[in-house]
Amino acid sequence: MTASTALDSNTSELAQGAPLTTKDGQPLKRSLGRALRREKIRALFLILPLLAFVLITFIFPIGDMLFRSVENSIVEKTLPGTVVALQDWDSESDEVPGERVFSALADDMMLAQELKIHTRIGTRINYDQPGISSVFRKSGRRIKRLDSDASKDAFIALNAAWGTPDAWTTLTSSAQWPESFPQTAIAFDNWKAWLASEEGDDIDPSTQVPYGFTYANLFHDLSSMENGALNNLAKSSDSAIASLFAGVPDAIDNFPTDDFKGQFADIEKGWVNIQNWQAIKRLSPAFTDSYFLAAVDSERTEAGVQQKPANERFYVTLFVRTIVLSIVITLACILLGYPIAYLLATLSVRSSNLILILVLLPFWTSLLVRTSSWKVLLQQQGVINDLLVWIGLVADDGRLVMINNMTGTIIAMTHILLPFMILPLYSVMKTISPSYMRAAKSMGASDTLAFWRIYFPNTIAGIGAGSILVFILAIGYYITPALVGGTKGVFISNQIAYHISSSLNWGLAAALGTILLVLVLALYWTYDRIVGIDNVKLG
Amino acid sequence: MSALPPYATTGQRIWFYTFRYVICAGILFFLIAPILIIIPLSFNAQDFFTFTPEMLSLSPDGYSLKHYNDFFTNSDWQKALKNSFIIAPAATLIATSLGTLAAIGLSQSHVPFRRTIMAILISPMIVPLIISAAGMFFFYSRIGLQGEYLGIILAHAALGTPFVIITVTATLVGFDRSLTRAAASLGADPVTTFFKVQMPLIIPGVVSGALFAFITSFDEVVVVLFMGSARQKTLPWQMFTGLREQISPTILAVATIMVAISIILLTVLELLRRRSERLRGLSPS
Repeated sequence: MTASTALDSNTSELAQGAPLTTKDGQPLKRSLGRALRREKIRALFLILPLLAFVLITFIFPIGDMLFRSVENSIVEKTLPGTVVALQDWDSESDEVPGERVFSALADDMMLAQELKIHTRIGTRINYDQPGISSVFRKSGRRIKRLDSDASKDAFIALNAAWGTPDAWTTLTSSAQWPESFPQTAIAFDNWKAWLASEEGDDIDPSTQVPYGFTYANLFHDLSSMENGALNNLAKSSDSAIASLFAGVPDAIDNFPTDDFKGQFADIEKGWVNIQNWQAIKRLSPAFTDSYFLAAVDSERTEAGVQQKPANERFYVTLFVRTIVLSIVITLACILLGYPIAYLLATLSVRSSNLILILVLLPFWTSLLVRTSSWKVLLQQQGVINDLLVWIGLVADDGRLVMINNMTGTIIAMTHILLPFMILPLYSVMKTISPSYMRAAKSMGASDTLAFWRIYFPNTIAGIGAGSILVFILAIGYYITPALVGGTKGVFISNQIAYHISSSLNWGLAAALGTILLVLVLALYWTYDRIVGIDNVKLG
Repeated sequence: MSALPPYATTGQRIWFYTFRYVICAGILFFLIAPILIIIPLSFNAQDFFTFTPEMLSLSPDGYSLKHYNDFFTNSDWQKALKNSFIIAPAATLIATSLGTLAAIGLSQSHVPFRRTIMAILISPMIVPLIISAAGMFFFYSRIGLQGEYLGIILAHAALGTPFVIITVTATLVGFDRSLTRAAASLGADPVTTFFKVQMPLIIPGVVSGALFAFITSFDEVVVVLFMGSARQKTLPWQMFTGLREQISPTILAVATIMVAISIILLTVLELLRRRSERLRGLSPS
């Protein structure tokens, strides 16, 4: 009875087109979906460790390089007060910034020289404004000897409370802090950092009175306030604030200053050079295009982006040379690789395997071994010159210069990259049936005609694949040009290395690297469109 | 053109022999001679980089093992050798284990975002070394790995993984999935199936991937130059500075040893390839 009911209901469900179910009553569709999902998760689980590894060890570093090519927070971090004070300065005016900017600068520099980072900022700005690094360097030691107490003394003379730590506790805990005191807030933080560096961390800033630079900045904040705002402070409902600022509105106009501008001009006259200030203001933002402009031999001046004078142009020439030499090397590889690939494709399997080993041995031999052997061979006292002299082709005093110039780079790199041309060409040629050529000849084509009209067009894909591979490898090469290229045969990558390890202009190195990376990725995209990345084969 | 037909004309004959024995032989000579020539030069008794008259007359006085002796006794070279044999195996181990797992995962039939994942995983092979090295230098000095063994090992492992992925994926393409299903139907759990059935079949791919990863690290100099400190000087770094500054014939002895290593690697790879083809021939495709 029950069985037949169950059967009945089953048949009736089927008749109504109800979903199929698995043994445990789940709809089949859902069950399959779940199995599929489980499989996907398992696959992702296997991939995940490597994906995370490559992201952290490789993709992040590349991202870091891209970031560094535009990053420029050093100015903002080292000269925070100066950057804020400069916002009100019109860089197109013919006037050097006023006393307000200079008192912020004095305060920033006091901390910077304490932390010994003033030369670093000088070096950074020097990339864009040559000569300014010595201005910063020379000022370092003398900042401590600046007269800086004029404002401080004036405040204390007005109200003795200004000479106590309590005055600063009151000020920093007031409702107007820090919005109404932008420069003072930065200067106060600078002073705390200076104190910690000078005296150690265990000293409590709330028991100390700041130095004169902080007061100088306070003075400028107050004097640039609108009258109403200053009067509001003096009549503040906060009685502590009111008593501190009582009398300040009347006295502020007659406050003495330390003439930081004059003192800085005495230290180094570069401080009253308007171009230096324009450079500092230009580099104030946290991000900059100045590295990229430098990488294409341009610079931003007050008149806009301009090309550098002809004798300072360098990188565009180098990019062009890198590309031209890479093309020459690619062509040489096609010329030398084509016959070998053809030979490999037409010989019997046994002999072609033997020749393939001759191609693969250089491929597997250390790059440095191959470069050193070319260094040995191409020297003026090397094997090739010795041989030529012995044959009598060149005189002993007329030995050929084949190294430390473009010739050296081209010869050595053609040799190193040749296997990368032969292997893809070979894999394409292997697929061309010999019957095509026979058919052409049987219809009366000469050997030459049959080759150019039938065989060659079939190998274009291989030439394309090999060329792109060789070209991409060539434009990023560093070691070989560095060892056999001298000065005339170096590539853009040598400049990247130079800026990383010698000149330490990392931003420019990153910008040059980014340009090269974009170039290579564009070529790879082309390669992917023509051949497909998945078809990359090794040996 | 695999062989000359009997009816070939004189012109065809001349071209055939010129092509094969002049053009191709010349190019092959260009390919192989620079590598072979350093072998005899490394036995030079003098500190020259060319053949001395004694060497050309095959007199035993012209030859000596002094450059090899220098290599095995000089502490700089020995330290470099040791560093190379610390860094390369460690990098190979990381690259091979992570790479093999990922390749197996990628070969499953339903992997979401397969193209994107593949692009990320093989990107270390695509990006020019100078750019990878620059980026790694910037990033690793931020996190304090610059000048550390660990930093170089991780960097080299990252550079080696694409080769493992490519070789293992290629082996897995020919892998017959019904074998794992058969193992499962006979009651083997996935781990047993992997080690008893799948691993022995894909091991040639894994080993050749590992060899690629090893040689990538063993040969690598740009990243080491940027990221290493004097303590991590490897063999290629020592060769690089040797070539750049005080060029000494000891380099030729080192180069000869490295050529010998690459010949061994090439032989092992060739044997593996044959074995892989044989195994694949056994399984129905």
